[in-house]
Amino acid sequence: MFEYAPAPESRSIVDIKPSYGLFVDGEWVDGEIRNKTVNPATEEVLAEVAWATEAEVDSAVRAARSAYENVWSRTSGRERAKYLYRIARIIQERSRELAVLESIDNGKPIRESRDVDVPLVAAHFFYYAGWADKLSYAGFGEGPRPLGVAGQVIPWNFPLLMLAWKIAPALACGNTVVLKPAETTPLTALLFAEICQEADLPPGVVNIVTGAGDTGHALVSHPGVDKVAFTGSTDVGRAIARAVAGSRKKLTLELGGKAANIVFDDAPIDQAVEGIVNGIFFNQGHVCCAGSRLLVQESVYDDVLASLKRRMALLRVGDPLDKNTDIGAINSAAQLDRIRTLSEIGASEGATQWSPPCSLPDRGFWFAPTIFTGVTQAHRIAREEIFGPVLSVLTFRTPAEAVEKANNTPYGLSAGVWTDKGSRILWMADRLRAGVVWANTFNKFDPSAPFGGYKESGYGREGGRHGLEAYLDV
Amino acid sequence: MINHEYVHGRQPTFRLSRLGGMTATATSAFAGIGRSDAALRTFLHGLPGVDQVGAEQRAAMLGTRSIKTTAKAWAIDLAIRMVDLTTLEGADTPGKVRALCAKARRPDPADPSAPAVAAVCVYPSMVPVAAEELAGSGVHLASVATAFPSGQAPLDVKIADTRAAVAAGADEIDMVISRGAFLAGRYAEVYDEIVAVKEACGDAHLKVILETGELATYDNVRRASWLAMLAGGDFIKTSTGKVPVAATLPVTLVMLEAVRDFRAATGRQVGVKPAGGIRTTKDAIKYLVVVNETAGEDWLDPDWFRFGASTLLNDLLMQRTKLKTGHYSGPDYFTVD
Repeated sequence: MFEYAPAPESRSIVDIKPSYGLFVDGEWVDGEIRNKTVNPATEEVLAEVAWATEAEVDSAVRAARSAYENVWSRTSGRERAKYLYRIARIIQERSRELAVLESIDNGKPIRESRDVDVPLVAAHFFYYAGWADKLSYAGFGEGPRPLGVAGQVIPWNFPLLMLAWKIAPALACGNTVVLKPAETTPLTALLFAEICQEADLPPGVVNIVTGAGDTGHALVSHPGVDKVAFTGSTDVGRAIARAVAGSRKKLTLELGGKAANIVFDDAPIDQAVEGIVNGIFFNQGHVCCAGSRLLVQESVYDDVLASLKRRMALLRVGDPLDKNTDIGAINSAAQLDRIRTLSEIGASEGATQWSPPCSLPDRGFWFAPTIFTGVTQAHRIAREEIFGPVLSVLTFRTPAEAVEKANNTPYGLSAGVWTDKGSRILWMADRLRAGVVWANTFNKFDPSAPFGGYKESGYGREGGRHGLEAYLDV
Repeated sequence: MINHEYVHGRQPTFRLSRLGGMTATATSAFAGIGRSDAALRTFLHGLPGVDQVGAEQRAAMLGTRSIKTTAKAWAIDLAIRMVDLTTLEGADTPGKVRALCAKARRPDPADPSAPAVAAVCVYPSMVPVAAEELAGSGVHLASVATAFPSGQAPLDVKIADTRAAVAAGADEIDMVISRGAFLAGRYAEVYDEIVAVKEACGDAHLKVILETGELATYDNVRRASWLAMLAGGDFIKTSTGKVPVAATLPVTLVMLEAVRDFRAATGRQVGVKPAGGIRTTKDAIKYLVVVNETAGEDWLDPDWFRFGASTLLNDLLMQRTKLKTGHYSGPDYFTVD
């Protein structure tokens, strides 16, 4: 039997300080209130971080305003691009350090932080660096103006990647930013602040304020903020929309999802199974566009399920820093509770729960990859976002039924279609009410491709030329 | 980690279950399938397609597995035991073949704990020499036959080629399929040839070379794999090593899926042999990972998986010594073959 020996990535490349302050106006300032961030794989305390107060948020917004008025709005696109290129290159140079730190703070496997997150982060900065001096040609008229100060609040599932999605286009368009990372995953954002210093970015252009919901509320409702960008849960998104209603602030929201991954009977089955696995178990299922509802055509249901179970038995759950780990730790105790609760509801509503045999570590937050079969549209696990490694399996008979079931959700962020028939892909894509439709693949991202939702999945687009609009006064 | 029930389960596979309602061990369900191009075409084109991007992505991901320390030592020894040490040159002589056989029996003269390879693979004219050298060693003797490498010869010539190799002492035959006939859709012709060669093999094991570099698409690779298995091949092999594109990781992945599904459908296990272009230990270990996570551990055995290679062996030996001693010795410390 081929037992893979442990292959841990070394932690020695990262230097986690015992305590972090706030990054305001290019400098570190101590915060008044302190909190701790933990490694979700071990529950070990990693560092103390500040929880910014209203007054501290205010000073960050003022720093951003001053940097906007006096420096950044007067810096040419070409010069802004140079800073962004420099940041992108430093990210590449320090990619291993960023990947290890991301895995330690978030719990995601090093294979993903190394091969997906960090390369996409660098690519995003490179991509928007290219736009900075070409905004007149982006389709918004000659010389489109920036908005001013952007207040940005990002989630814990892709801490550094969501930072890149927010900061890169904002800076390229000439805005300055105050960004609040999630309270459970602040460390890579704080390392990014160091990278801004290393790149000689003018003080105040990027400000990082760590904290929880209060800090985020203070930021988005601050009168000095011109633009609010949020990625996270639909509930918080609603609260933010209410908070900015009636103000001049421009708002983009990227919220939850309950994506349908639709497998037709003529699909390339082996690759579809890979896509199902990637769709729901990538990043422990902590993905807003996760393919959490599998819709399988009834005529291939038995074959697909058998293949899926066989494939799931190969998933390696455990130490996020082991290079062979496929599924890491759940990010927090609170999220683990939510996943457990919804799974119990799934079982109590009569769906059949299945997980491959796998041993989970004793300490830390873990949840085995799980599928529920016998799920119908009426089950809560088919309607509510679980945000964990839990897949609900449903069936359909005809393409029209697949579309109807796929669209029968309050969300509309993404969808997947698996078929060998090109015309059917186009037919489906026309009818699916989702911001992204993947054909014979899933969870593929590229800085040039816009991303965003329909319905309760939010509004506005990030990425691509479309992503510029959110940060321009157009 | 591996759940045997699902890795090696007997679940019905894909739409095969609709093609005649066969049961788990009923190879006979396919009886008569080779009767016509139409029947074969219906069957082969009814297999699920292969998405190129997805298959290559899966192979690339498996290529990132990090195999270290004890796992690496285990994998290297297994890989050595899986090598079909090959020489297929116009310039081959008895002297060259004798040297290769000596190396096959005892790959590392400095370290008797290094295992012997699986087989030596030569042209039919060299089989008598190799048979003498390998007698009693436990190393198999494979010979290419059937107008290798092009396969462009009349069937009776191919059969005679095969019979001669077996008569001279080969216990494994590596045949080539007629790619021209396959690409033209004359599936029954390819099928009949494999059946005829298999019969000419007698007790010798038959490896069917698909020459995947000439089949070009993964759909073709999957169909040719099934065709070769249905016709009775004991092994399916990627390449002759004589065309520009030889074995690749995704091609081998697709073939491993085919043998896995074929066993689930028929109960008969078929081996896989990537050949050509596998030169480093790192590459060989990637293949073993793909075997492990595609067909499963039942294939992690020289009876069911082989490497057609020549230079690979020395790199395996060098890495083996490095793991044991902690340092590299130069190429002069390993025998040339």
